[in-house]
Amino acid sequence: MSKSVERLAPYVFGLIALGAWQGLVWALDVPSYVLPGPIAIVQAYLDGHQVLNQALLSTLSVTFVALVAATAIGVALAVAMAASPLFRAAIQPWAVILQVTPIVAIAPFIIIWVNQPFLALVVCAVIMAFFPILSNTAAGLASTPPELRDLFRLNGATRWQTLTLLSLPAALPSFLTGLRVSGTLALVGAVVAEFVAGSGGFASGLAYRIIEASYRLEIPRMFAALVLLGLSGIVIYAALGWLEAALLRRRDGA
Amino acid sequence: MFSLRSVAKTYPNATIALDGITAEIAPGEFVALLGPSGCGKSTLLRLLAGLEEPSAGEIGWEHRPGPGDIGFVFQDATLLPWASAEENVYLPLRLRGHKHAEAAPLVAAALAQVGLAEFTKAKPRGLSGGMRMRVSIARALVSDPMLLLMDEPFAALDEFTRHRLQDDLHALWRRSGKTIVFVTHSIYEAAYLASRILVLSPRPGRIAAELRPNLPEGAHRRTSAAYTQLVAEITETFQRVMPGHE
Repeated sequence: MSKSVERLAPYVFGLIALGAWQGLVWALDVPSYVLPGPIAIVQAYLDGHQVLNQALLSTLSVTFVALVAATAIGVALAVAMAASPLFRAAIQPWAVILQVTPIVAIAPFIIIWVNQPFLALVVCAVIMAFFPILSNTAAGLASTPPELRDLFRLNGATRWQTLTLLSLPAALPSFLTGLRVSGTLALVGAVVAEFVAGSGGFASGLAYRIIEASYRLEIPRMFAALVLLGLSGIVIYAALGWLEAALLRRRDGA
Repeated sequence: MFSLRSVAKTYPNATIALDGITAEIAPGEFVALLGPSGCGKSTLLRLLAGLEEPSAGEIGWEHRPGPGDIGFVFQDATLLPWASAEENVYLPLRLRGHKHAEAAPLVAAALAQVGLAEFTKAKPRGLSGGMRMRVSIARALVSDPMLLLMDEPFAALDEFTRHRLQDDLHALWRRSGKTIVFVTHSIYEAAYLASRILVLSPRPGRIAAELRPNLPEGAHRRTSAAYTQLVAEITETFQRVMPGHE
């Protein structure tokens, strides 16, 4: 099978699935408050696109700020852990505990403790997103070839030189892998936090629109918001993948 | 240049890597440390570089080496994959605080010395295995070290590339008069390159024999009868000092 056919395959499959979905909804005459067809969902988006786009922007800004913060925290902790075994021993188990505790369970506390609504959402998303960056960067920092460390030692390199000229550049590929995972997790974290915060009054993101639409039995609108979330996830994942490939090509290119 | 007095190295898991190594190395010698895997020859090199401390005995230096006085060439080229040949060679100078402008002529000279004057901007990915090793050697030479330590640098290269690099290293040694300690498990390589061969026996690593070859210089060095005879002599030495060892 040729490469181009393989590339088209997911789109063709998606179109067939959408067609079948719409066909079944028509054929069985399913009411739109149970399962709307794709056409009704698109119609719902067009009807409410201003509100929905606004909500998308709100969720994406939480995601973006959280990803930047998660990157800063994750990299800083990874560097500190690589520099000090004591710090690593002290921090690592707690980072894992924070990671394995479901964010849904932590979010209510954060929403109580953090008064500023935007900040509360960001904190939830950061907790969700920082771990892959931390663990991948830490693994990357630890995987520096020992011969290169020896070379740095032989030339009397300072710790700062070893970090900036060797360990951090060497950890870049692992970091970028972690960043890609964290990007989608930040979105998930933002959405989860919005759900938990619910109609607390400050929410304006897509998850809040989903809840709102469900209260009003506007099922097509719920789907429209869901589709926007799904597309955002794909775009974030693809954009970070592109960034990863571009940076590494630039770095190692002959 | 330096002397080893009853140097021993024991690891925490009770492995005795080296035991009772005593030798005196004069400036300008090309010393091959020859032995099978596990005879501690790489460990000895690391002790000389100061990357590890001996468990017993001592290494006495005529002039105690500081940063940049020892050039180390590893088994793999171990270049920074994101840096060009030039930047890789500049690295040791950079680490010791040399500005790029003042280091540039030294870097260019070191790359020219290994025949890579045309490839200064190339990144490791764009270079062949032999060229990467040449960059690695240039990186070791750029500081003009008093001692060059090489840990099986050509072991991973194909035969033809290996011969060319051996020829070039030999010429470089003759030209520069540098002291070189070269670890190898190849009898042919030791015979071709060294002015002195220390044969190590394994577990624990000990100096089992010492040879001082004196091969003719020039194009026929590798095909000379003296070379063939030397290889036979080293082979016999191994059979004598390592019973049961092919």
